[in-house]
Amino acid sequence: MKVEGKEEEILKILEENARISDKEIAKMVGLDEDEVKQTISELENRGVIRKYKALINPEKAGIEAVQALIDVKLSPERTVGYDSVAERISRFPEVKSVRLVSGEYDLSVLVEGNTMRKVAYFVAEKIAPLEQVRNTVTHFLLKTYKENGEIYEEEEKGKRLAVTL
Amino acid sequence: MKSDRVADRVKGLKGSGIREFFDIAQQMEGAISLGVGEPDFVTPWSIREACIFSLEKGYTSYTSNWGMLELREMVSDKIYKDDSVYYEPEGEILITTGVSEAFDLALRALVNPGDEVVLHEPSYVSYKPCTVFAAGTPVCVDTEVKDEFKLRAEKLEEKITEHTKAVILSYPNNPTGATLSRKDLEEIADVVIEHDLLVISDEVYGKLTYEGRHTCFSSLNGMKDRTILLNGFSKAYAMTGWRLGYAAGNKEIIEAMMKIHQYIMLCAPITAQMAAMEALRTNDEVERMVSEYNRRRRLMVEGLREIGLSCFEPKGAFYTFPSIENTGLSSEEFAKRLLLEEKVVVIPGSVFGASGEGFIRCSYAVSQYEIKKALERMGKFLERHRGKKWDYH
Repeated sequence: MKVEGKEEEILKILEENARISDKEIAKMVGLDEDEVKQTISELENRGVIRKYKALINPEKAGIEAVQALIDVKLSPERTVGYDSVAERISRFPEVKSVRLVSGEYDLSVLVEGNTMRKVAYFVAEKIAPLEQVRNTVTHFLLKTYKENGEIYEEEEKGKRLAVTL
Repeated sequence: MKSDRVADRVKGLKGSGIREFFDIAQQMEGAISLGVGEPDFVTPWSIREACIFSLEKGYTSYTSNWGMLELREMVSDKIYKDDSVYYEPEGEILITTGVSEAFDLALRALVNPGDEVVLHEPSYVSYKPCTVFAAGTPVCVDTEVKDEFKLRAEKLEEKITEHTKAVILSYPNNPTGATLSRKDLEEIADVVIEHDLLVISDEVYGKLTYEGRHTCFSSLNGMKDRTILLNGFSKAYAMTGWRLGYAAGNKEIIEAMMKIHQYIMLCAPITAQMAAMEALRTNDEVERMVSEYNRRRRLMVEGLREIGLSCFEPKGAFYTFPSIENTGLSSEEFAKRLLLEEKVVVIPGSVFGASGEGFIRCSYAVSQYEIKKALERMGKFLERHRGKKWDYH
């Protein structure tokens, strides 16, 4: 079922700020608070809203995690195609995202670990040896400029005056 | 040396009193400003990027006095697409340095000394002085909150004399946020025909209409020939500092405006024109901005009502215009005290004409967070003074 109308409006607001109060949402979309509560819990029940998370800038938080994007080339299995190996890779907690992509490689896998060595070992020991994996290329991430539509560095602020008529 | 250095018509302009308040407001540390009259979005990146590219390619010259033909063609297409009125790119459209210049040109092109120009108040601060600079006589019609600050045709008609040359229309309205429906506009059009008038229609906030659609005045039957349509890029595309606008209308009038424009301005800046073309090519950010303004609008109107200010629901622009009458304060006094006690900047309604007294203009072109904080502070301010007898000095 496609999300539209008030549901869509509420999703847009939550996507921007998941901690906003129901009361404020109610004001913005012209519903009462109970209706907002009910709409949100329906969206949760239907799995439209998967969960609420904070977007953390690891550099600011002093988190020394290392991330790498792994290009994975596969030979597809006869009956299940790429799905079974992709699901297998997805189960590792070190793996943050798995996507099937077009082009030279088949999967794009984001892996996170405490150190470069740990990430490299993980790829070498857990991903590369899988039967369908033909080869892998590891790209360590050096700096994040933008994530999920949010620019990490100093936000662009207008330089406008306090009073203009 | 003559003792009077400054010309009388400039000396006669008021506004020095309020300047002082504005100066304090501009410099107050930690203040939240609801006094802003421009978007808080930076110009969308694709527009800025196109402008930078044009500089790299060396577009740094003058353009035609009329503005670049390609831009005029795009403006013509846009007006036709949005409002179903066709203006010829050659002769019926003039690109100007903001709507401000276009407005000045329009008045100077139309008005003979002694001609009367009818304008509704509260409204933007330039209309009256520009009329005076053009040697015209401004005649004000008050709009009222009970009419949702709409200009009523019958009230307009009362002000019309044999000397009336033109009417200034400014909807969606700064400072009230009021809009006019097609029916409201048609009633005004009837008066315009009846008394053989011209209309200067400033529609710079047209894109920022939240319920229903904006109706362009010149799209009404018979109005194209009598209307100078003014619009620009400032509000809809967050391009205030670029200073780019346009006028569209009857060939004879636009030609007259161009004559003045070529002597005082020569042409609008080419960098801004190049950027404007990109804005018209990729206007997909407009809708995103409008839906965000709409959320803020509701947040602010409800919030103002909650803290005890009665507030009519604005349907356009990005202003609310709540009444502060129940505080017993003048709007200027209210704004001053609110700034000093709670560090929130609002604009006294009286700045926009005598009928703005008793109201304040609060802009919602600020983030949701700032709206919330400002309302909290205003709530405290009202709480503290509620029921108290205000002393006037």
